[in-house]
Amino acid sequence: MNANDPQRTDAVLSVENLRTHFMADDGTALPAVDGVTFSIGRGRTLALVGESGCGKSVTSFSILRLIQRPGRIVGGHVRLRSAREGEIDITSLPENSPLLRHVRGGLVSMIFQEPMTALSPVHTVGSQIAEVILLHRGVTKAEARQQAIEMLRKVGIAAPERRFDQFPHEMSGGMRQRVMIAMALVCRPELLVADEPTTALDVTIQAQILGLIRSLQREIGCSVLLITHDLGVVAQASDDVAVMYLGRIVEHGRVRDVLKRPLHPYTQGLLNSIPSLAPATRLESIPGTVPALTAVPRGCPFHPRCPHARAGLCDMGEAPPLRELEAGHQTACLRAEEVLAAGATEVTHA
Amino acid sequence: MPEGTGENTKAATTGGGPLLAVRGLSKHFEIRERGFFKKVVGHVRAVDDVSFEVQPGETLGLVGESGSGKTTVARCILRAMRPTTGEVIFRRADGVKVDLAKLEDRALKALRPQMQMIFQDPFSSLNPRMTVGQIVGEPLVIHGLTRRAEIDARVADVLRKVGLKPDHQARYPHAFSGGQRQRIGIARALIMRPSLIIADEATSALDVSVQAQVLNLLKDLQAELRLTYVFVAHNLNVVRHFCDRVAVMYAGRVVELGRTTEMFANPQHPYTRALLAAVPWPDPDVKMNFDVPGEIADPTKLPAGCSFHPRCPHCFAPCRTDSPVLRDWHGDGSLAACHLHDPKYASGGERVAK
Repeated sequence: MNANDPQRTDAVLSVENLRTHFMADDGTALPAVDGVTFSIGRGRTLALVGESGCGKSVTSFSILRLIQRPGRIVGGHVRLRSAREGEIDITSLPENSPLLRHVRGGLVSMIFQEPMTALSPVHTVGSQIAEVILLHRGVTKAEARQQAIEMLRKVGIAAPERRFDQFPHEMSGGMRQRVMIAMALVCRPELLVADEPTTALDVTIQAQILGLIRSLQREIGCSVLLITHDLGVVAQASDDVAVMYLGRIVEHGRVRDVLKRPLHPYTQGLLNSIPSLAPATRLESIPGTVPALTAVPRGCPFHPRCPHARAGLCDMGEAPPLRELEAGHQTACLRAEEVLAAGATEVTHA
Repeated sequence: MPEGTGENTKAATTGGGPLLAVRGLSKHFEIRERGFFKKVVGHVRAVDDVSFEVQPGETLGLVGESGSGKTTVARCILRAMRPTTGEVIFRRADGVKVDLAKLEDRALKALRPQMQMIFQDPFSSLNPRMTVGQIVGEPLVIHGLTRRAEIDARVADVLRKVGLKPDHQARYPHAFSGGQRQRIGIARALIMRPSLIIADEATSALDVSVQAQVLNLLKDLQAELRLTYVFVAHNLNVVRHFCDRVAVMYAGRVVELGRTTEMFANPQHPYTRALLAAVPWPDPDVKMNFDVPGEIADPTKLPAGCSFHPRCPHCFAPCRTDSPVLRDWHGDGSLAACHLHDPKYASGGERVAK
């Protein structure tokens, strides 16, 4: 089965040809997300990985319709196949519709990179969690408090009755991220969007938070869209991965397939840039820099930096679409077969 | 090099020995109560009795999590802050060793060209109102070079060295990407021809492909200019690739110090083990450990004994009372501050398997 087929029925979320553009003052449109298609299977974790400016965060914000001017979703669909509410086309919901409010926080919830800026500094953490419960479930205040305390306990916060009345500034960064997770999962969403949830955390705390997300995901059976720039986090904490470059997905597949046998030269370049080989080895970095969105190259957007690019093929026409080269493993590289045959794709890590 | 720093001169040597020797370095900050008198109510021991040496041409990694004191150590070495106690012995270009910790300001300024810093954030560490030429050439002006032509020539030369074009001089920082800005920061550090570079999270803000370019550049420059690096970082992937030796810090102290390859293959301290096990390696076959217990120690209320003991799976009685000493327990050049290696407690708790 095509893992990327937006019509597949076991998918909890299908993003179809999503295009989110930002309008510059001079009227030009910056294609931050330009034709992104993927789906997330029920109970699975999909990592969306890429470097700054590739559009991974804009994609995640678009899913919840959180794009603000001058940004706008100019095309495509985001379909949620909710077990509770049936199929919802999020992109077609009117702003301020009750269903959109129910989607946000009720069916799909989100956690962010910096919990200090995502939490209100003037409300206690407990009241912020209880607010979510009051909003999405018809319960009394006392019940909401009880459920919030129970959730704080679940995310590994000791003495939750006492912590309920504390403010975010009284907690460490790891603790705050636990509060964010409690808030996001207390209404048992069907999809959790986690945008760089551990980037601001130290490595031992990152391990705890990734472990916590994983175990709670199993418990409530939700799917996770994990936005990250760290291929280590991808390898350890997700099932599938989509690699983004300049607003497009260039490779998609199961984590093991993509990391062990990358089919796109950009993915290969990213993996070769990771300094995990022997200390004396020189890193094989990707030449050049990511072009500006005002000057996306013709043809394959990666061709000016690609060691396998061929004039007359890669620099012509439209950006190449994803195609399935191996079962469940797709690439947008026109020359993937030759690249693969050249034997330059096996990645080994010390 | 001007004379007049004699009172700090340890011994005049010609070559040989470490370029930098940090001995018993501590930096304590006062905690003051609120109110009129601001009485001192306690101390934060940000850095506590840290010692290490750095050989010429070597790269020493200083790793640890937030609050471990690694940046404070870096700042004390360059005297961006004055250490509370301890020595920072630096071997000058003429071979004379001086204690930076006790140097007065004028003598320190004369030494500054020989030791420079590269900062983490290439966006906030460059003045947006100065051109690249002014930013990179400023150290020359501060240190008394006035001839325009000579300044321009040296700026052009160093820009070329870091992979930028000499005609970038007239542009402002906003015109450059993160990686290029970090190159500007490196050029500014190199223009005085230093022997010691302290890089504080120099690649942490960069994307992985740009980080690779900057790491390659730093390696090339080290070989070409015989630079010595103290590389402060939290990313163990980068440290493993880049550093000859590593000092692991926890709660203001060095808990393990040794050669990079040996430490990654066979970590001695339980904290180093926990740290390495928690790193998400980009290989699905190497499983990370999600169950690291506890929070990072709060430097304002450190536990008694070994600061790591509340999180340590091997903790036994002496860990709660005695602070362990950093020592080479097995005679193999790897230093660890952990009672598990102390033969005195051989029959005590569970020992770390070698």
